[in-house]
Amino acid sequence: MATADIHIGEDASHHDEHDHAHDDNFFSKYLFSTDHKMIAKQFLVTGIFWALIGGSLSVIFRLQLGFPDMDLSFLKPILGSWIDTQGKIDPEFYLALVTMHGTIMVFFVLTAGLSGTFSNFLIPLQIGARDMASGFMNMLSYWFFFLSSVIMFVSLFIETGPASGGWVIYPPLSALPKAMSGSGLGMTLWLVAMVFFIVSTLLGGVNYVSTIINMRTKGMSFTRLPLTIWAFFLTAIIGLLSFPVLFAAALLLVFDRSFGTSFYLSDIYIAGEALPNQGGSPILFQHLFWFLGHPEVYIVLLPALGLTSEIISTNSRKPIFGYKAMIGSMLGIAFLSFIVWAHHMFVTGMNPFLGSIFMLLTLIIAVPSAVKVFNYLTTLWRGNLVFTPAMLFSIGLVSFFISGGLTGLHLGNAAVDIQLHDTYFVVAHFHLVMGSAAFFGMLAGVYHWFPKMYGRMMDAKLGYVHFWLTFIGVYMVFFPMHYIGIAGFPRRYYSFTNFDTFNSFTDLNTFVSIAAIVTFSAQFVFLFNFFYSIWRGRKAPQNPWNSNTLEWTAPVDAGHGNWPGEIPTVYRWPYDYGKPGAEDDFIPQHIPYSATPESNLPIENEMAKEENLTETGQEGAIQVDETK
Amino acid sequence: MFQFVIGLGVALVLIILFLVFRIGTLLSIVKGSSDEPGGKSNKINAILFLLSLFGLFGLFFWYSFAYFDEYTLPLASVHGAETDWLFWVTTAITGVVFVITHILLFVFPFKYRYKKENRAHFFPDNNKLELLWTVIPALVLTALIFKGLLVWNDITAKAPEDAEVIEMMGYQFAWKARYPGADNELGSFDYQNIDATNEFGLNLDDQNMFDDFVPREVHLPKGHPVLFKIRARDVIHSVFAPHFRLKMDAVPGMYTQFHFVPTKTTAEMREETGNPEFNYEIACTEICGRGHFAMRMLVVVDEPEDYEKWKKEQTAWLNQNADYLDMVPDNLKEAARVKAGIASSETPAPTPVEVVVEETENEELNEADASL
Repeated sequence: MATADIHIGEDASHHDEHDHAHDDNFFSKYLFSTDHKMIAKQFLVTGIFWALIGGSLSVIFRLQLGFPDMDLSFLKPILGSWIDTQGKIDPEFYLALVTMHGTIMVFFVLTAGLSGTFSNFLIPLQIGARDMASGFMNMLSYWFFFLSSVIMFVSLFIETGPASGGWVIYPPLSALPKAMSGSGLGMTLWLVAMVFFIVSTLLGGVNYVSTIINMRTKGMSFTRLPLTIWAFFLTAIIGLLSFPVLFAAALLLVFDRSFGTSFYLSDIYIAGEALPNQGGSPILFQHLFWFLGHPEVYIVLLPALGLTSEIISTNSRKPIFGYKAMIGSMLGIAFLSFIVWAHHMFVTGMNPFLGSIFMLLTLIIAVPSAVKVFNYLTTLWRGNLVFTPAMLFSIGLVSFFISGGLTGLHLGNAAVDIQLHDTYFVVAHFHLVMGSAAFFGMLAGVYHWFPKMYGRMMDAKLGYVHFWLTFIGVYMVFFPMHYIGIAGFPRRYYSFTNFDTFNSFTDLNTFVSIAAIVTFSAQFVFLFNFFYSIWRGRKAPQNPWNSNTLEWTAPVDAGHGNWPGEIPTVYRWPYDYGKPGAEDDFIPQHIPYSATPESNLPIENEMAKEENLTETGQEGAIQVDETK
Repeated sequence: MFQFVIGLGVALVLIILFLVFRIGTLLSIVKGSSDEPGGKSNKINAILFLLSLFGLFGLFFWYSFAYFDEYTLPLASVHGAETDWLFWVTTAITGVVFVITHILLFVFPFKYRYKKENRAHFFPDNNKLELLWTVIPALVLTALIFKGLLVWNDITAKAPEDAEVIEMMGYQFAWKARYPGADNELGSFDYQNIDATNEFGLNLDDQNMFDDFVPREVHLPKGHPVLFKIRARDVIHSVFAPHFRLKMDAVPGMYTQFHFVPTKTTAEMREETGNPEFNYEIACTEICGRGHFAMRMLVVVDEPEDYEKWKKEQTAWLNQNADYLDMVPDNLKEAARVKAGIASSETPAPTPVEVVVEETENEELNEADASL
């Protein structure tokens, strides 16, 4: 095994020299690059672009909700005839805004932007590999994502409007152009875009899994992997198992829409006409959709949790508490995420007995999540905390994970869910636990690994301003929604004036909208910091956060291949921070135990002896291999 | 002109902000203070965590108590008492966890902020602690699940035999209700029969349908079980009656159902809430298109005797749309007139039974042909 690893590594380093000599032109370096670091940056920049679009859409519909009487004519240059002559948003376009906001944020920002960026960037660097298992497939993964992005972006501008049936695109609404105009061409483009998106995710996922399994450097056993890699590994596996099911669901929907089949359609009378479709079931689509949809929550969340595990440990200057328990809880979450999907469907007409089974399984998944939270807290306890912007965002993530996760106990309980389902309570819940938490994980990752990505530092003070505005802002936006939800306000409502029951809370809705606009504006502080620092930031040292993981042993401006010489060998786990007896408060993974006798635990002294033995043994193996 | 001035103003502010940022950066380079982890900003961030703990908790407790009556809905069903109780128990448990974990999460950063002379406590794992916070949440969750299952099974159990059956049908963009009439049996329907008047697609050859009535607003008897049989005509909708803690999707092609017992009449509720205009309402909670936010249906809860009186006053759908009598098979026309309460203007022509038999035979043959 070890010899095979070394062999691959050496091959790659030869290629590397070739690359530098011949084809370092603009196309191969920035566009059709096969270097995982460049592909990661491509995902990141595209993700940031999408986050801006998705955020702007939410600001527009928050204007409608917070200021129902406002004259929105000033949006006419962008939205055209979707703003009517009285300056009001078209109710159907309001639904389009909600739908596209959800689709963009869940898939294009928090799946591609988050996993695409950090799995690509960190997997080879942290496991000690020259690149991904297949650089070409990796490149394809980005370009399929790009193609999907273009199609989804174009769909925003077509005359009948983009998909408008909610990001869950439940048929029959999404299947019948007669039901709403967004279910016409807009929905077709949505489905096509998602098909390419799924291809991109699968190409990426296959690569992540095979790279992590096969290309770890010498000594990098699974129990020495940083938690980031564990998180990316499990995320990729979840994605590989669940995205194909969405593909199937989408394909059957395409059949129903275009070829007259009746998988999801039955007994429908619409626009003065009885359709011929009979025998289909709309519930079937919901099962298929949520079989992806629920694991998707963890596809979004696990990488963020992985990133923050690393960042919190580094900046607490102490090991992550319960490394093995963290892996165990991630494994538990990954497994359970596949058998809880129907808790989104308690009141859809599904058999109530199924409801009770899924309620049981859903509440079980709270246990590993709780373990993770307590482990984070214990990691902070008696640490020596350095508040880099990344650390602030990680603590923010833990806060959102708690406050959003706890309301999961309400919603996972079928009896309580009857009242809360599809109200603002749900909106508050998932925006905190999945939206904001994952978004904070992504921002923390950008702040933390920016020096590795661009060789320069981001400005810390701007980072602090960004954090505090965003952190307080997110709570001001989403916490009040709990109250609105308890009061029964349904989600996806254009206005609440039609009902006596919901004709209140106008002040609170205005407050939420103002908070949303302030929070969105605060992101421009980040954007400025990000792009300014790429070219004008202060030059980064090789290991700015005194971190243990392997990526910080690579040179600041690492080329394709990551390490100019031999790939470092790993001797210890990645969390030897603040070890008693050690000279510095961190011991990187590539430092052998034999070099740190002053801080070794008794068992590690034993390992130090074995280190010497295996090293000579492996050198022999290499020689044998080379003679072949 | 005005827009230009605003644009200029924004540009100036941005330029000033940028200059402040540049000067700040240059100053920190001159002072050489920016790289120090134990510097001033570390302390400021630590203090901000403490402040936001007080600030956020202050807002949270103030709003939760001061506005309690505004964000909680009055309750008007039997099972709702159970689910509300479960909601508040869950809220109490999660509230305690929320407060404790957040005190820890925000006080630790203040207390353990970086100090040069300090060293973090090397504490990689502890199995007892892990076991503790695996088992305790598991036990609490087991209790919640257990109670939740009991309540859920009660709510979704089979409806009592004597329940008042009411059909709720959602379509773009309104609700329609149908009552079974005096015979207590809803007539059958077929979506292919639907037209502008026959909105339910009622089968006119089904005797149970003759006395069904379709009122403008839903009336319910207080203290008596009610069973909603729910369906949709075009896309998915969802019946949401917030005061009854009732929600169930309306799905085309199948019936869903929800049964409950209303506990307060509309009049009682007006007194309780002090709002003389209070009304029970049904809304739609599944995105269904342009008019999703406007699918309002009025619900009135009556004392049982008033309810019976109201029911008697209603006229059958067939009576209101007497021209559909032509589509009723001849042999059933008289029964239809009687059940629907239509005064017969002419003596019905006697219908030979044989003809009817032939017709049904033909129908069967036709069906067989079609299936071939």
